[in-house]
Amino acid sequence: MSYEELTARVRTVIATTQHLPQEKITADSTFQELGFDSLDGINILFAVESEFNIDIPDEAAKNLRSVRDVIDGLAKLLEGQQGNQAAVGA
Amino acid sequence: MALNVSPRRVVVTGIGVVSAIGHNTAEFWQSLKDGRSGIAPLQAVDPALLRFSSAAEVRNFQPSEHFDEKEISLLDRFAQFGVIAARQAIAGAGIEWTQQLRESTAIITGSCVGGQTTEDEGFVNLYRNNIPRVNPFTIPRTMENAAASRISLETGVVGPTYTISTACSSSNHAIGQAYWMVRSGAAEMAITGGSEAFFSLGFLKAWEAMRVVSPDTCRPFSKDRRGLILGEGAAMLVLEPLNAARARGARILGEIAGCGMSSDAFHITQPSPDGAARAMRSAISDAGLEPHQIGYINAHGTATLSNDASETAAIRQVFGAHADRIAVSSTKSMHGHTLGAAGAIEAAATLLALKHRILPPTANFSEPDPACDLDVIPNTARPADIEYALSNSFAFGGLNAVLAFRTVFD
Repeated sequence: MSYEELTARVRTVIATTQHLPQEKITADSTFQELGFDSLDGINILFAVESEFNIDIPDEAAKNLRSVRDVIDGLAKLLEGQQGNQAAVGA
Repeated sequence: MALNVSPRRVVVTGIGVVSAIGHNTAEFWQSLKDGRSGIAPLQAVDPALLRFSSAAEVRNFQPSEHFDEKEISLLDRFAQFGVIAARQAIAGAGIEWTQQLRESTAIITGSCVGGQTTEDEGFVNLYRNNIPRVNPFTIPRTMENAAASRISLETGVVGPTYTISTACSSSNHAIGQAYWMVRSGAAEMAITGGSEAFFSLGFLKAWEAMRVVSPDTCRPFSKDRRGLILGEGAAMLVLEPLNAARARGARILGEIAGCGMSSDAFHITQPSPDGAARAMRSAISDAGLEPHQIGYINAHGTATLSNDASETAAIRQVFGAHADRIAVSSTKSMHGHTLGAAGAIEAAATLLALKHRILPPTANFSEPDPACDLDVIPNTARPADIEYALSNSFAFGGLNAVLAFRTVFD
């Protein structure tokens, strides 16, 4: 999945979860600008976990302050997952 | 009646505890004094299915040592704990029931989760195992008032009996309510406290999603704290007027001096120092005290990042410079966060601390946090002659209840 695809999917997930129009959510929006609090944050993580069928550890979930943080964190986790699959495949 | 009649003083004549650090009051106190934590690898549920793997479970508990088979079939684990704690408290208080006393005694308990584990088992059978029937005892086992009702049946108490459910403040609200009833004369005696047992996979997954459970242990007020540790158990107290207790020659374990309650009206899960401070001030005022008279606080101290900093700010707001002279500890570091039973277990801890003149520590403490710059009694219990103490409970939903206790010298 390309970075652009990932960004688009994350924006959709956040827009759906937060009941906001997608155009309001850009990759550079901060949670503060969007008015998200800590409970919104864990709800977004839950939705992202479901969308990408991935487990986001608490440590990786800490310090998420923007949409970009979510996208980059997720990219790293997905990359790790692929790495693991490759290792298992070998 | 003259309006200037001073309210009755209310004392505690019985304490019962079932917890991860002891199945009775003596074991519980020994563990607190030794700073021994009951946090251990989770057994009730396969930890491979969770992001956390530690819990403060009640180990080696055999229901058959306390109940016959028919009783067990009607009592969820949370109600069993509550009934056993009440039996201990009543036996310790040496109550001799008369019909008059049964009619004027209240039973007020707290529970947040009730018998949800029973419900969970029934629903797994229904939804997943295609068993089209649910056990008819599911309803009486699951109801939050199951422990209160069973205590009433066993003792024959027929006075006001009910259960309060306000998440993590449930049993402080219950004890506060019972205290006010005895103080006002609405009841001549009260059996009050709380109980909880909720280790089902579904419930633990829901806590996992909140991202507030520590992956290792509970380190309240420590800079490296990583969240709370869930625990189970119960505590029950017997309350009666001081004069009545003295008249019957009862052993007096301590006094409840006041209670304060408040709501944050701020956020459904984020704490507000203002709401917590209002509840503490209200408890101090209800007890007819000034803040400088408080010597110890059994903190809510969950070890989440936000609670401990917010609670510290609230304590500083209420006590000002005196905050540096108050000893504060979170015994959740040993018995875990027992949700609706927390206030009751911590009331027991506070009463025992005052009575034995030893303050229990905050266990697992490793590193001071500037955001929690209080004297948190790190890791080792401390002898102290304290006359007045508070015990804090602050719940999700922004509901706060604080109890004030007083040492009763023999």
